[in-house]
Amino acid sequence: MTSQTQPEPPILEIENLSVAYRQGGDWLLAVREATLQIRSGETYGLVGESGSGKTTLVLAIMRYLGENGSVRSGSILLQGRDLLALSKGEMRQVWGKQITMVPQNPQSSLNPSIRIGEQIAETLRFHQEMSAVKARSRAVELLEMVHIADPERVVQNYPHQISGGMQQRVMIAMALSSEPALLVLDEPTTSLDVTTQAVILDLVKELIQGRRTAALYVTHNLGVVAQVCDRVAVLYAGELVEDAATADLYSQPLHPYTRGLLDSVPRLGELKSQVQLRAIQGQIPPLGDRSLGCVFVSRCPLAVEICEQRPPLYEPDPSRRTRCHRWEEIQRGEVNAKQPASEQVRVGIEGGEEPGGSPLVLDLEDLDVHFPINRSLDEILRGGEPQVVRAVDGVSLEIKRGKTLGLVGESGSGKTTIARAITGLEVKTDGRIDLLSMSLPADLSKRDLDTLRHMQMIFQNPEEALNPYFTIGESLRRPFVRLLGMSAGEADRRVEQLLQSVSLPASYASRMPGQLSGGEKQRVAVARAFASNPDLLIADEPVTSLDVSVQASILNLLNNLQVEHQSSLLFISHNLAVVGYLADTIAVIYLGQLMEVAASQDLFEPPYHPYTEALLSAIPLADPAADQKQIRLEGEIPSPTDIPSGCPFHTRCPRFLGDICVEEIPPWRVDETTGKRYYCHIPVDELKAAQERVFSMEKAE
Amino acid sequence: MYRYLLRRLGFLLLTVVLTSLIIFSVTQWLPGDVCRIILGREVGEAAIVECRQGLGLDDPLPVQYLRWLGNFLTGDWGQSYSTNSPILPTVMERVGNSLMLAGVTMLISVPLAVGLGVIAGLNENKFVDNLISVLSLSVVGLPEFVTGVVLIQIFSFQFNRWGLPALPANSSIRPGTGFIEALPMLILPALTATLVLLAYIARLTRAGVVEELKRPFVRTAVLKGLPWSTVVVKHVLRNALLPTITVIAISFGWLISGLVVIENVFNYPGLGRLLVFAIDRRDLPMLQAVTMITVLGFALANLTADLLYAVLNPRIRLGS
Repeated sequence: MTSQTQPEPPILEIENLSVAYRQGGDWLLAVREATLQIRSGETYGLVGESGSGKTTLVLAIMRYLGENGSVRSGSILLQGRDLLALSKGEMRQVWGKQITMVPQNPQSSLNPSIRIGEQIAETLRFHQEMSAVKARSRAVELLEMVHIADPERVVQNYPHQISGGMQQRVMIAMALSSEPALLVLDEPTTSLDVTTQAVILDLVKELIQGRRTAALYVTHNLGVVAQVCDRVAVLYAGELVEDAATADLYSQPLHPYTRGLLDSVPRLGELKSQVQLRAIQGQIPPLGDRSLGCVFVSRCPLAVEICEQRPPLYEPDPSRRTRCHRWEEIQRGEVNAKQPASEQVRVGIEGGEEPGGSPLVLDLEDLDVHFPINRSLDEILRGGEPQVVRAVDGVSLEIKRGKTLGLVGESGSGKTTIARAITGLEVKTDGRIDLLSMSLPADLSKRDLDTLRHMQMIFQNPEEALNPYFTIGESLRRPFVRLLGMSAGEADRRVEQLLQSVSLPASYASRMPGQLSGGEKQRVAVARAFASNPDLLIADEPVTSLDVSVQASILNLLNNLQVEHQSSLLFISHNLAVVGYLADTIAVIYLGQLMEVAASQDLFEPPYHPYTEALLSAIPLADPAADQKQIRLEGEIPSPTDIPSGCPFHTRCPRFLGDICVEEIPPWRVDETTGKRYYCHIPVDELKAAQERVFSMEKAE
Repeated sequence: MYRYLLRRLGFLLLTVVLTSLIIFSVTQWLPGDVCRIILGREVGEAAIVECRQGLGLDDPLPVQYLRWLGNFLTGDWGQSYSTNSPILPTVMERVGNSLMLAGVTMLISVPLAVGLGVIAGLNENKFVDNLISVLSLSVVGLPEFVTGVVLIQIFSFQFNRWGLPALPANSSIRPGTGFIEALPMLILPALTATLVLLAYIARLTRAGVVEELKRPFVRTAVLKGLPWSTVVVKHVLRNALLPTITVIAISFGWLISGLVVIENVFNYPGLGRLLVFAIDRRDLPMLQAVTMITVLGFALANLTADLLYAVLNPRIRLGS
């Protein structure tokens, strides 16, 4: 932290700010007496789950609340000036000049029908009264500042012509064009792939350093905060529960909610056999149904009688604040703020394999899924090879009984297509899909009910996976009746057991999906998938759409049911920390081709495939003290219609050897000591010699 | 973009060929012998046979079709059965009249409807919005002959009675009348057509504005501190008016050929009335010519709509 002799006044000072939304005739408090300060040159993280009020707080600061939102009390001072007292017209002099914003979704935040250059230049002309010519050349300079390679071309482009990462660079350039006093970054990397995110985070850090701008960084991602922010405030159900320097917050959280958040996400490299995830019990209370005492009381393991009264803002030391009555006990280590481990995690039987090796449940060999590109009449007449998208190209994988295979890749890598081909939702082009040593027909319509019984799927979005017009009971009864041929009465009894197995009360059978929270819906989806006692379960990003505190409970649940049923699991995700935690074996996929397959504990140790190495280096670690190599990938993921020759990764590979990578398909290399296999021209010994471990963290206790 | 243009032109050609086939077939199946229609009931069988030979009506149908299409394309549209005058100049004169009326209607209706739609959209669910919705919808429900007659009653008769400069109730302009001279007679039929289009275009515009106002890029524009007028004109309307422009172009097709009722109310010599006349008199060549021109007009309007949309939308113009 900077130790200044004469402290400057903060750039942004928020005091006792309460924001409410009107619903019917009532005002429901969404942010309750928030107080925070951001100093010049400081990056201030605001962390919260959905429903925490972080967006409301940001919109209030920006004076951009909707018509049903209003600031009920408190003040917002920007450089000593009361923003709440300004008129709309006066705000126009603040917006884009003193406060600027980088939004979550750059694609929809840029006007699709105006050229990039003009979108930057219009602000310059308006706020800085530049001439059209000057504004235009300044736009080019700004694009250079955010490291866009050919700014002269990009100013001429429309947003759809550049990638998501480039679009976000443009938004950042635009936001910094006026040297604002306050820069608000609202989840600026959430919609980006992890390798792109790493590059953008580097850029944000670089540009904020060396500037006097105060930055407010809003996110739900604890890793990003740890990597970017100087200070962090944690927001829960509209209340700022804790506020501290980043290092302090991560090493010793003084609020049970912060503790709960940190314990609920797996850190990169943690395995389920070593660490237990602790979900925060319950869920964020909805607006209008919040405790007048401590907002966290209903989910807190330390709640006592005094917690029914609202805690004041305690100041353990001048640089941190917490709203917990029991912070001193926590600090002295007298009480444990950890969430109870209600769902004991069981780890599958290790080593106890049947003689002759455990049978393969799923065996993929040389799986290809290619999509033809529609050609115009003209192209067909001209002849030539028809173009195809090689979504999945020569993928071979296997899963043994009771084991979990994690499939990890960025968007467009083909991971979902593999799942769809296995389930028959997509018709494979070539290759073999064996379930329980029986070859599956490519087409879903040619598969029998028995295949469906053996194989079930859990989807990413529980909102869409359950029929909104069926009760939970009806949805759960279906697999019993249809796949197992049970009578209605028997099925009803089983539904009750099933709900119990996912820790939901039996009364939920008569509820409609709309009456359940997102996490509860995903529990139902998990229950439905296990109803037919399947041999293989395919889960495609099952926790991605859920809040961090709920994710852990679903992961634990999935794991426990899997062990109980001895099912095999294909777990697909873009999140390497989650995959690494849950899976026994991990496959890394890039542009439809496997790059590396390794046991989970080995994936995080060298030798790495150069792509895996870059991925591990790109993931923001939820530990400010962690040591992580900086390997950044150049450029963008190539289009699947135009996959590079030779090794598909050669265009971005930091360990590019030369012509051989361009011209020759790499061999599969096997590390004899671990059995790890990877697809690369560099031999095992050379790679081992060249690489160190990408990251190291202090082990969580 | 070039390929896109070629493809649209190909579709246009296909449409025209297909409709020509349909028009030709339908007119073949119409009851009654053509020569009977031309010569009347009293002539003998010999005259009919001679007439049929003269017109080539005994040739195989494909031959007749190709001859008809070829003649149409080379500008030989034949003689009208009922007036015995050449069809081409008659139809062309009516096309000119219809274009004039369509043009004037556009000049009145587009700024009015788009303006009302934008105002309504910017004030979503407020009083102005509701007022515009109610007014435009209550007008669109009335049939054209009612609104036409009401307009005549007000602007011709009542204005005349009050000593105000009245507009003519009869719009039967003579051939060769210049635009300026014809203008007073165009205003009332154009107003009537405007009332039909108004609610449609205004509501579409309103919907576009309401939708675009909610887009994140509008928030970006506001939070850049741009003046509200810039945000609306440059960021909102540019995207919101895309569907409206398409609909306006298509409406133009309807204005050229679909104003049968309005033309009759005002006695206006446009294509619509010519069509009714041709049907009335069983004037087959005239009917064929008018329908072909109508279809061509519609197809061109659609093509213009598609091209305008592509030109104004960079995602189509430049591919993605």
